[in-house]
Amino acid sequence: MNHNLLLIIISGALINNVVLSQFLGICSFLGVSQQMKASVSLGGAVIFVVTIASAVASLLYTYVLAPLGLDFMKTIVFILVIAALVQIVEMFLKKKSPAVYQSLGIFLPLITTNCAVLGVALTNVQNGYNFIESVLSGFGTALGYTLAIVLLAGIRSRIREEDLPAPLRGAPIVLIAAALMSIAFMGFAGLSF
Amino acid sequence: MDLILITTGVITLIGLIVGAGLVFTGKKFYVEVDQREAAVREALPGNNCGACGFAGCDAMAAAIAKGEAPVNGCPVGGGPVAAKIGAIMGAEAGEVQRKVAFVQCKGSCQVTKNQGNYVGIPDCASAVRAGLALTDCDYGCVGLGTCVKLCPEHAITVRDGVAMVNRSRCVGCGLCVKACPKGLITLLPAENRVAVQCSNRDKGPQVKQVCSAGCLGCMLCTRQCEHGAITVENNLARIHYDACIQCGKCAEKCPAKVITPPVALP
Repeated sequence: MNHNLLLIIISGALINNVVLSQFLGICSFLGVSQQMKASVSLGGAVIFVVTIASAVASLLYTYVLAPLGLDFMKTIVFILVIAALVQIVEMFLKKKSPAVYQSLGIFLPLITTNCAVLGVALTNVQNGYNFIESVLSGFGTALGYTLAIVLLAGIRSRIREEDLPAPLRGAPIVLIAAALMSIAFMGFAGLSF
Repeated sequence: MDLILITTGVITLIGLIVGAGLVFTGKKFYVEVDQREAAVREALPGNNCGACGFAGCDAMAAAIAKGEAPVNGCPVGGGPVAAKIGAIMGAEAGEVQRKVAFVQCKGSCQVTKNQGNYVGIPDCASAVRAGLALTDCDYGCVGLGTCVKLCPEHAITVRDGVAMVNRSRCVGCGLCVKACPKGLITLLPAENRVAVQCSNRDKGPQVKQVCSAGCLGCMLCTRQCEHGAITVENNLARIHYDACIQCGKCAEKCPAKVITPPVALP
């Protein structure tokens, strides 16, 4: 059992990396990776939100949608619930923990529309995960997202100092770097236990 | 038919619960927003130049409202904005020292020789990177106008191959200071009269070979100054503005007329 749970985390973080293998959440991955500090904060916020969202989505699916046979409505319901959840989390943090809000808060609205969050919730249902498995899968996936965005931020800080040909400057070289990272992460596909 | 009704009912119910939850948390966790922050933000110029050292006008307004930044912290807005913000925050504004950009080069086409025509990308940084100085002086203004293009206030023009700042237009944002590949532009106090209009750090004879309006490092100015406000470092005169009384004696004595009262410039 423990072996299986560990596998779920590693699979979410490395083998099925949400950004580099499933190509979800690319927008914030490219947008917020300019500064190392900001990308670490966003990674933290994503871990926080995705873990909670996976838990809520799992409960909602198991106890509301599945018994009523409303399986086909899960995408819409998840969008609705996740968007509201992020808002509530934001308000809660703003009141209860201003320090955490200062470091993560500005990224929370960004995550509302991050398809990685929805993607995790839907994948969990697809794989038939139970509650604990869903939470761990969400946590692992978010960990993978953080890993990818922090790595890209590091690469971009190096790229910035390079004397690039004009056509490659800015977005093009970042996309090339992200593509190379994606190819590198394909190496994890052979990882098995 | 039942399925449609159940679906509509369940989704509406979930929507209502979620909406009620949002309203509830919104009320329960309502945080007082500082009204002054919004008012300060209104008073700031809003061009987000970052000259104050904060990440833009919003960050600056938040810092002022919390009392972490001085009310006169905006160098662009200057006195009038400081007075407005001071009124909002209930603090004395104090005088803001307005700063303007100044090009430390006088090497126009008449005083320095041109090395030939440059036909590459019309950008100072590109020319410098390609190893082309355009003028004989390695330190002088390239004159391709990178600063001109950057200036949000259109305060810089290139005349006779040298950039010049229109002091009445300059807001002191410092974008040109960062952009100049030769590091020629500095921010000087606006009421300032004297400034060294050269950046050449070579020895006198070498300077004379390439430019007739360059600082020779002759030390005449340092001997003139009664307040020790001017020194020669690396063969280049440098004015220390905290000691300078703006008497202009150094400018009168300078043989190459490199020390100029910048007020005389356009």
